[in-house]
Amino acid sequence: MIEFKNLKKRFGEKIVLDGISHVMETGKTNLIIGASGSGKTVLQKCLVGLIEPDAGEIIYDGVSFTQMTSEEKKKLRQEVGMLFQGSALFDSKTVEENIRFPLDMFTKQSMADKIIRVNEVLERVNLSGTNRKFPSELSGGMKKRVGIARAIVLNPKYLFCDEPNSGLDPQTSMVIDQLIRDLTLEFNITTIINTHDMNSVMEIGDNILFLVDGKKEWYGNSEDIILSKNEKLNRFIFASQFLQDAKNMRMMQSGEGK
Amino acid sequence: MKILSQIGSYALMIKGMFKRPENPKVYWKEFMHQCSDIGIRSLGIVSIISVFIGMVSTFQTAYQLTSPLLSKTVIAQIVRDTVILEFAPTLVCIVLAGVVGSKIASELGNMRVSEQIDALEIMGINTKTYLILPKIAAAILTIPILVIIAMVLGIYGGRLAGSMAGILSVETFDRGLQEGFVPFNVTFALIKAATFAFIISSIPSYYGYNVKGGALEIGRSSTSAVVISCILILLADYILAALLL
Repeated sequence: MIEFKNLKKRFGEKIVLDGISHVMETGKTNLIIGASGSGKTVLQKCLVGLIEPDAGEIIYDGVSFTQMTSEEKKKLRQEVGMLFQGSALFDSKTVEENIRFPLDMFTKQSMADKIIRVNEVLERVNLSGTNRKFPSELSGGMKKRVGIARAIVLNPKYLFCDEPNSGLDPQTSMVIDQLIRDLTLEFNITTIINTHDMNSVMEIGDNILFLVDGKKEWYGNSEDIILSKNEKLNRFIFASQFLQDAKNMRMMQSGEGK
Repeated sequence: MKILSQIGSYALMIKGMFKRPENPKVYWKEFMHQCSDIGIRSLGIVSIISVFIGMVSTFQTAYQLTSPLLSKTVIAQIVRDTVILEFAPTLVCIVLAGVVGSKIASELGNMRVSEQIDALEIMGINTKTYLILPKIAAAILTIPILVIIAMVLGIYGGRLAGSMAGILSVETFDRGLQEGFVPFNVTFALIKAATFAFIISSIPSYYGYNVKGGALEIGRSSTSAVVISCILILLADYILAALLL
């Protein structure tokens, strides 16, 4: 579980995070949604320690992250996996070397054991046999899956995903969503996802935090969204007529429609 | 103010490099990789430049020494000393600032923009130690070796040009090389090479590591890194000459 209290961050005059508090639950897919510039990425970067918040506290399973020394933070980060928007794979390394890298750095396993583990996670993300390929030889969806494989190779307790579906077709997006969801349940990980993808919100949103201008505007789950009367949330989620019609239909089915 | 802030940030980057490596084996591998990238891959261009510099030096020295009272061995002495003192360390390092410096700046800049540096940070790796220290250490080790090779090839080029053009015989050139040789000149050239190697690797690392934006900024930072490195090489050249000669 990751809890953050009264988190504040500003860049110059612009307030990016304005006193946000929330709890990200273990074993659930916690989604951060909001329009561009609402503070999602900054919030996630504060949570992983890439950006220092101006005020507030971040607590990882009861331990204050904000008060940790840099050495303690480094240790905790070995329990954190992150999937970046652009996958952030190391261009000069093969798929196998990319995934093996955290093992090389932080474990004393033999090369044979490391390769067994790499093959395990590659199989888990349905990419067996791609060990010797370079990132430039992979499609966008494959890169994301290699990114996930690298993120989970050390069995993390916390998984952060920044826009995991950006640049992917709807079908591949669903595969990635399902994979993240399955891993979260299988290993009881605290998963935090920044997303714009409404399909993800509806399919895997166990715990959704909606930000507007750096403030917590709404929270709930995917079922609550359908029934929500929050205007800003409705405008954001159901921006298209198609989605609006779908919502109306769902509400009529649940007896809340006009 | 901006310059002061950049100097401060550069100094902090250098200080931040000296942290205990997470796994020395991985760092050693990275260091060897950088030695190959900076040293071996630059060998071709350094060799070509050095041979031609030596050849041109012989022609130009002979052209200017027209007095019949001067022995032809003086040509070899002048070629030797200019190659050892200036051409091999300074000119080669200025070329390396372009070749190696732009590569370091664009490599780190690309890693920054594509979030690869963030990915390393998230893993708990000290990115300054892992990405910058091996580059600087490899440059300080390999560039003086390249400069020694440049000295040898430069003098050989001068000797070759002298005999091919009939300016002076190989025997005369070799005799000239041994006359009035000051071994400290080689030491001085190596001190210069190590200093320039630090500049060539650390300045582009600073510019690349701190890139903000996209592809355009990577190009700009790479150009700035090369320009600043060249200016600092010339400045350091002057300071070292004033202090040590």
